[in-house]
Amino acid sequence: MEDIIFYDRLQFAFTITFHYIFPQLTMGLSLLIVFFKWKFLRTSTEKYNNAAKFLMKIFAINFTMGVITGIPMEFQFGTNWAKFSELTGGIIGQTLAMEGLFSFFLESSFLALFIFGEKLMGQKLHFLTGFLVFLGSWASGYLILATNSWMQHPVGFEILENGKYVLSNFSALFSNPWLLPSFLHNQMASLVTSSFVVASIGAFYVLREKHLEYGKLLLKTGVIFGLIASLLVAFPTGDWNAKNVAKYQPAAFAAMEGIFETEHAGAEIVLVGQPNMREKKLDNKLAVPNILSFLTYQDWGKQIKGMDKFAEDELPDNIPALYYSYHIMVGLGTIFIGIMFLAAFLLWRKKLFTFKPVLWAIMLLAPFPYIANITGWYTAELGRQPYLVYGYLKTADGVSPTVSSGNTLFTLMGFIGIYLLLGLLFLLLVGKTIHEGPNNKSH
Amino acid sequence: MEIFWYIIIAVIMAVFFILDGYDFGAGIIHLFMAKKEEDKLVIAKSAGLFWDANEVWFVVAGGLLFMAFPTYYSIVFSGFYLPLMIILWLMIFRAIGLEFRNQFRYQMWKDIWDKAFGISSLLLALFFGVGLGNVVRGVNIGGVENGVSLYENSYFFLPLWNPEFSPLNNHPGIFDWFTIIIGVISVLTIAIHGANWIIYKTNSTINEKLKTTIVRLNIALLILTLFSLNFWRNLHNSFFDNFWDNWFLLLFPIIFFTGIIGTFFVKKFKKSGHGFMFSTMVILGGITSTLASLFPIIMPSRNNVNDDLTIYNMAAENYELTTALSWGIVGVILMTTYLIVRLRLTRGKIDDMEYGH
Ligand code: HDD
Ligand code: HEM
Ligand code: HEM
Repeated sequence: MEDIIFYDRLQFAFTITFHYIFPQLTMGLSLLIVFFKWKFLRTSTEKYNNAAKFLMKIFAINFTMGVITGIPMEFQFGTNWAKFSELTGGIIGQTLAMEGLFSFFLESSFLALFIFGEKLMGQKLHFLTGFLVFLGSWASGYLILATNSWMQHPVGFEILENGKYVLSNFSALFSNPWLLPSFLHNQMASLVTSSFVVASIGAFYVLREKHLEYGKLLLKTGVIFGLIASLLVAFPTGDWNAKNVAKYQPAAFAAMEGIFETEHAGAEIVLVGQPNMREKKLDNKLAVPNILSFLTYQDWGKQIKGMDKFAEDELPDNIPALYYSYHIMVGLGTIFIGIMFLAAFLLWRKKLFTFKPVLWAIMLLAPFPYIANITGWYTAELGRQPYLVYGYLKTADGVSPTVSSGNTLFTLMGFIGIYLLLGLLFLLLVGKTIHEGPNNKSH
Repeated sequence: MEIFWYIIIAVIMAVFFILDGYDFGAGIIHLFMAKKEEDKLVIAKSAGLFWDANEVWFVVAGGLLFMAFPTYYSIVFSGFYLPLMIILWLMIFRAIGLEFRNQFRYQMWKDIWDKAFGISSLLLALFFGVGLGNVVRGVNIGGVENGVSLYENSYFFLPLWNPEFSPLNNHPGIFDWFTIIIGVISVLTIAIHGANWIIYKTNSTINEKLKTTIVRLNIALLILTLFSLNFWRNLHNSFFDNFWDNWFLLLFPIIFFTGIIGTFFVKKFKKSGHGFMFSTMVILGGITSTLASLFPIIMPSRNNVNDDLTIYNMAAENYELTTALSWGIVGVILMTTYLIVRLRLTRGKIDDMEYGH
């Protein structure tokens, strides 16, 4: 049994991680495209329109990858997590089906119109199709997060005698206290990713002195949006999420903050340290006293439960991974704010376009928001362990009863192979698009 | 309520096969018939412009199935684990084949993605047919061995095939000669559909040749269909009961056979869209007749220990089904409206539309 869950979890983790590379760019980028298109409508300056269309080319490739890696996600609920789907399908099926029905529909329908229909429709309608693509992708995020929030903090349901979870209150799925903070944080985080990518392309053009006009435009826009989004990701949304975890998943909170032992009064915040699971302590710890209690409860002296206060089978099963994921996310978030502040300051002093070290940094930083996003999700998903539906359904009880681990291993290897190929193709095509630049009209 | 959602999902599935069926079919034709680059391009274009908008119907059917029949979704998806995963991989290859072929100009690149598109379309059509064949034939629900179920509830798991390759074996596999015949029927139907689509939508140079091909494929289709219907009677002796009890259901097989007969006259049609209309009838009639024959069963049991899976014992709770109605209807209306608008906007040949970059 143990073995079976292991491969199922690994497969889910691998495929969702790969899937999530794409939607995070889609969601943020669609906002930036709408922004450029809007600027064009306001000013009638051709370069904004070209910038929007250029980003849409990258968007389209990215979107295709999102769709083809997303369909396997939906399947896997049935194939690998049959017990979970059987027991809770009447609930999570609602939000997942809504996602397909509304969001995917909006996006894929209007994306084709946006790409092929500019001449047919006129500028106002063209803007509208872009806006609907944006709306679709954010609705996608919202409904998926509604699903995930229900798993993190289940609401509005009853358990029948046969063990089934049935919905008793539909609107509770959307007023779930977990949902809004999680959604806003996630959307801001995806805006971080796309702003950094746009700024990075801009920095690349400026450094190579190619497509200079666009390079500057992209860089400037990326930096401004990047700064705003980086700030919002940390505060208030990140902070708000942390409070939710402390309130609803205290065991996960203790593990992600690395609190092995409950302190008498205020809890310290750990900046650096490696969890040592054998001795149940942090090695090389660097910590500031009382800060964590203050951040979480605005009370310097408030006690926070450590891992010693929870039964072994209530604690997440991979504490080091959870701890590192969380600290990598927060650490990167802090670095992002720093760099974007510096870049925005230079922009304001009109020095950014000539200040090479910062340009290089911005160009090379593009992969890191992806890491922050993925480690953020690992924090959420590892922290949810050992439950699939927090507090109710254990992960081990959600797996498909008839699929053997050999079969899962086989398909996992299949996914690894195919996704490797997809990843290479994706880089090749995006690289080519960036290389051709925004001016490229012909083939 | 169950019946309502069942019909909605069946209709969405059927629309998916009609819409994406022409993409698949165009892929199959592309693989075997298209030799010149101009034809290849225009065929890929006739399939590629809207494949993702067509796939929406697939994702939605899956999502609604999950919502309305969660138990069925879980049992069937885990039971058909391997073929479903293979279908997923094929869908990935087909999508990238279509999306990426025009990204680079050199021939080798195009050839690779053309083949990916064609072969995966062919295999997908086959797999979908085999899947339908499995639903018709039924499976060993509960994994019964000497009168005892191995699995709880109504779960099952199918190997890819059993050594005898026979649909009458008590431990059927995904592939046996019956399901493969249904798979071939599906390939033929979809190939005809795709060919009709190409004739309808493009000015490719092979259009005339395609008409001859269509007639030939149609003969094979008719023979195989009659043969499989005959065998079907052996599988379920109640096979015709639903039709005798409810005469109006006979409409579905009538649509199907009208489609097949109409297709024989493909060379005589004045308008290029007529052929497409008839192959649409074949797909629509075929799917609906099959479901009507089985109703309310959605997965027959091949042993007499465990019951068939029906829409009644697989459905979600009433509150869930009713709540979903409120948003479901809005969504389905939106999708249908969009589809109609899109089909009207893109009427006529597509040779002149922009495609790729
Ligand atoms: C660019 C990406 C990014 C950055 C810089 C941050 N986050 Fe984050 N974080 C995410 C991307 C993310 C995410 C991937 O989007 C998550 C996963 C689930 C969710 O809704 O958002 C997330 C979840 C998440 C959670 C919930 C974990 C759980 O559900 O168990 C907390 C407590 C934080 N974040 C806190 C922070 C704080 C205090 C940050 C301060 C800088 C921060 N995050 C920066
Ligand atoms: C928002 C929608 C999401 C839903 C509904 C969801 C659902 C699930 C489910 C059903 C599992 C398998 C059961 C389990 O191991 O608990 C799982 C595991 C996992 N998910 Fe998510 N997930 C979502 C988003 C993400 C994202 C975006 C990521 C990362 C980028 C992610 C990372 C993981 C990881 C790493 C695991 C394995 C955890 C483990 O088994 O220890 N998830 N998730
Ligand atoms: C944080 C988690 C997730 C977010 C924010 C998210 C968001 C998105 C977005 C914006 C798209 C559109 C395509 C693209 O932009 O690349 C997409 C595609 C898709 N995603 Fe995800 N996704 C997440 C996780 C999941 C999970 C866990 C599933 C499994 C059910 C899933 C299933 C799909 C499917 C089926 C598609 C293709 C069709 C569609 O767009 O609805 N996603 N996702």
